[in-house]
Parts: sequence; C-alpha cells; structure tokens
Amino acid sequence: MEFGTTGMLNEDGIHVDMERLKKGEVNLGTSIMAINFKDGVILGADSRTTTGAYIANRVTDKLTQVHDTIWCCRSGSAADTQAVADIVHYQLGMYGVMNGRQPTTQTAAAMFQELCYENKDRLSAGLIIAGWDERHGGQVYSIPLGGSLHKQSYAIGGSGSTYIYGYCDANWREGMNEEEAVNFVKGSLQEAIKWDGSSGGVIRMVVLTQKGADRHLYLPDSNYAVRHQ
Amino acid sequence: MPGFDFSNHTRNAALHARGVPLPKSTSTGTTIVGCIFDGGVVIAADTRATSGPIVADKNCEKLHYIAPQIWCAGAGTAADTEFTTALISSQLELHSLSTGRKPRVVTCMTMLKQHLFRYQGHIGAYLVVAGVDPTGVGLFTVHAHGSTDKLPYVTMGSGSLAAMSVFETQWKPSLTQEEAVKLASNAIQAGIFNDLGSGSNVDVAIITKDKTTLKRGYVRPNQRSEKQKSYIFARGTTAVLNEKIIRKEEISKYVSVHDLGSEETASGEKMDIDA
Repeated sequence: MEFGTTGMLNEDGIHVDMERLKKGEVNLGTSIMAINFKDGVILGADSRTTTGAYIANRVTDKLTQVHDTIWCCRSGSAADTQAVADIVHYQLGMYGVMNGRQPTTQTAAAMFQELCYENKDRLSAGLIIAGWDERHGGQVYSIPLGGSLHKQSYAIGGSGSTYIYGYCDANWREGMNEEEAVNFVKGSLQEAIKWDGSSGGVIRMVVLTQKGADRHLYLPDSNYAVRHQ
Repeated sequence: MPGFDFSNHTRNAALHARGVPLPKSTSTGTTIVGCIFDGGVVIAADTRATSGPIVADKNCEKLHYIAPQIWCAGAGTAADTEFTTALISSQLELHSLSTGRKPRVVTCMTMLKQHLFRYQGHIGAYLVVAGVDPTGVGLFTVHAHGSTDKLPYVTMGSGSLAAMSVFETQWKPSLTQEEAVKLASNAIQAGIFNDLGSGSNVDVAIITKDKTTLKRGYVRPNQRSEKQKSYIFARGTTAVLNEKIIRKEEISKYVSVHDLGSEETASGEKMDIDA
C-alpha cells in the first residue's frame, strides 16, 4: 500500500482510505452486457484491461465460463472477479456431481450473490450472470457492487454502460431472433466503446442456447462487421 | 502466528504524515518478457536491481526456477518474487510427487494467483509464468493482487511499455525458436536502454518439450571497457611537508600505556580449540 505525500490522514490522525480500488490494481474499466432472446441468452463484452492509464491487456476475455451453459460477464477489479468466478466454477462443478443434475442459472446467480454480499466491503466486483438450463431456458441476472441480485430481461454493466442506457432502452425488443439479438449487443457495445475511454479492443460474445455455447469475435479492423473464429 | 502484522500501520501512517520517509525495498524497476514460439516458450529479463535511485545489484537473477520445465520471471519487490516462487516451487514439487504426474503451468499459475490474492497485493510480486507440460505450452502473467492473463506475448515491470512496443511492431503468429529468442532479447534491450529502472544484461530461458536452457548474460550490452589510461598516482606525487619519527620505546610520551600481564594477553589472543 502506498500513501500519498500527505499520508491521507484526517484531522483526528485516522488513516482515510480514499480509493476503493487499491493503487496499481488491475482494473476492468469495462463495457459488458447480457440479453435474453428467443432461443436463449447472449453475453457480450469489450476486451480492455487497464492499470491506470496503461492497457495491460487489449484482447482480454471478460466472458467467463462457470458451467457448461452458465457464463458470467466480469467488471471491476480483475483479481476480485477472477477469484469469485473461480470459486463459483468449483462450486457448480461439485453441485453437478453431488446432485446428478446440472445446476440452474438461478443457483449459479445465488452462489455469486452469496460471495459478493458477504464480502461486499472487501470486493469491487460488478457481475452479470447469464445461462441456459432445461428448466427455465435462458435467464439473465445482474449483481451490482452492493451484492444485490436482480433478474432482468437484459442487463448492462461497467463504466461504458452509462453511455448506452438510452440506446438500449430505445432499441430493446422482447423475443428477438438470434441475428437481431447479436446486432443489438454489437450495436450497444460499439457505442459504449466509442464513448468510454476505459473500454475498447475487440467485441467478444457468447450465444447460449439448447445447442450449447457458441463464441463470436468481432475486430475493430473491419469496424466490427465480420465475425472471426 | 504466521503472516503479516498490521499493528503498526496507524503509527506508521501518522509518522509518514509528519515527514518520516517510508523504508525502501529493492527492485521496483524491471523489464521482463515472455513469448511463445512453435514448440516452446522463451522468457527473458534484465539484470538490474534498484533501491530507490541506487543500483543495488548490476547483475542479479530475475529468472526463477519453479520446476524443470516451468520458469518464472519476476518484477516488483525482489524479496517477494524470490520467496513466492520458491514457496510455489516447493508446493508444486510435493504436488507432483503425490499425484505422480509432471507439474502443469496452469497449476503453477493458479497456486500463485490464490497465494497472491490472499495477501491482497501486500506481496508485491508481478510474475511472468512460462513452461511446457503434457498439455502443451503455457504463458501467463500474474499481478500482485491476484489477477492473471493468458497471451502469446507478454511484458511486465517499469520497462514493459518499451518492451511491448517491440512486440507490437515485430511479433508474428508463427515464430521459430531463434526468432522468438531474438525478439525477446530485443524487447529486453528496449527496456534496458529506454527505462531508467532497467539495465545491464539480458538473461534468457528457453523451454521446449525436450529441455530447458538458461542463458545467463545472453547479451551484455553494458560491458565496462578497458581504461585508456592508468589513474594510479605515481609515488611522491603528494609533497612531504615535514617528517617526524616516533620510536616504540618513547610511545608513552604520546599515549598512556597500561602493561597487561603476559597471562592476560594470552587469554585474549588464544583460540579455543576442540579437545
């Protein structure tokens, strides 16, 4: 821990923690989202990770698999969100083996909430959990900083999301087909990347349906028009 | 109780606020890199260790052994990189013995990240983990707070910007071993010459399926050249202004001398020898 030149003390001589994020910590100043569509869910994210003004990784994968068809979008501290996702990945693996059936998205979201709420004063993690299961089909859950859990038809998060509330509200439609849904996510993230300096790089997407997980990659070289991989 | 003790934290913060400087630790300036090639991985480092503005060691080792086929390059606090790599190396050896399998790079990376995450960034180790295991080639970066990245080419430390500029302009998806070693050493040299925190020589470790080669001082671009002239002063250069001889017999005129008995003198000079 580094102190400023003042030592950051208040008038009573008590140390004040000015920054929530520790100095030099790797940050996911991010644009992430997940949406419901006709056949399942789509998760999307930019690929920028920063340490201060430096881009530590320009092709980051912020879409993390925690079970076969349950994934999460990570924002906030890279270390915190990776640690939380690793724990839930383990817990869901155990859940599947012990109960002899696949966990639901709701179960996964509840596991994430438990960790995020119980450790709220130690974590800076903003997560979006999305998945497909036999019982409920596609579902999207959002867990913001305090550790609350919200089931939503679509969720946006990260520093870039503030720029696209209007875009998403204007263009969102219930029950889109896959192509429409992919274009909605791509259009939203393009705007977020355009306006938010902490977001950038490639656009990554994961389409979760009964058929399983399908990965998409769009590069800025072609203005995110061509699907790679 | 093992671990860190924070009981002096409030006192230290108060002292610092009144102008007491914080203690210095060794080596925050460094350039370390890693790069995957066809059939293996190469990691490289500079050899300068600093303590504030002072070069503490001109030729230190920043490439750490984890397992025969897994090596680590360390930046940040020298003591922390040294001890975390040694600790994980030990645990990985025991893990390998108990499972009867060769250690994997992901296992090493996971153990490092969980150890560093537990200490919330107080252990200042920034590492590049590289190796070859039965699953293939692995290359990762691990930050002090416990976050990790997986990339085909990586740089870390204060010289990472200079080194990354070399990779971003010269890297290509398929490299031979020779090309990768050249590229990594060029990246380190960019750090040596353009970053004040980095300097001296280039160390390289090449890991393939069959063997690991550590090349200490692979490039030495900062050799001290032979002096053009001898600067030893000739005898008699300093003028003698006056001369006075003091004889041993008359020494009591200048200092007070107490004569110790011969037995007492012996007790001080005699060494204890095992019977």
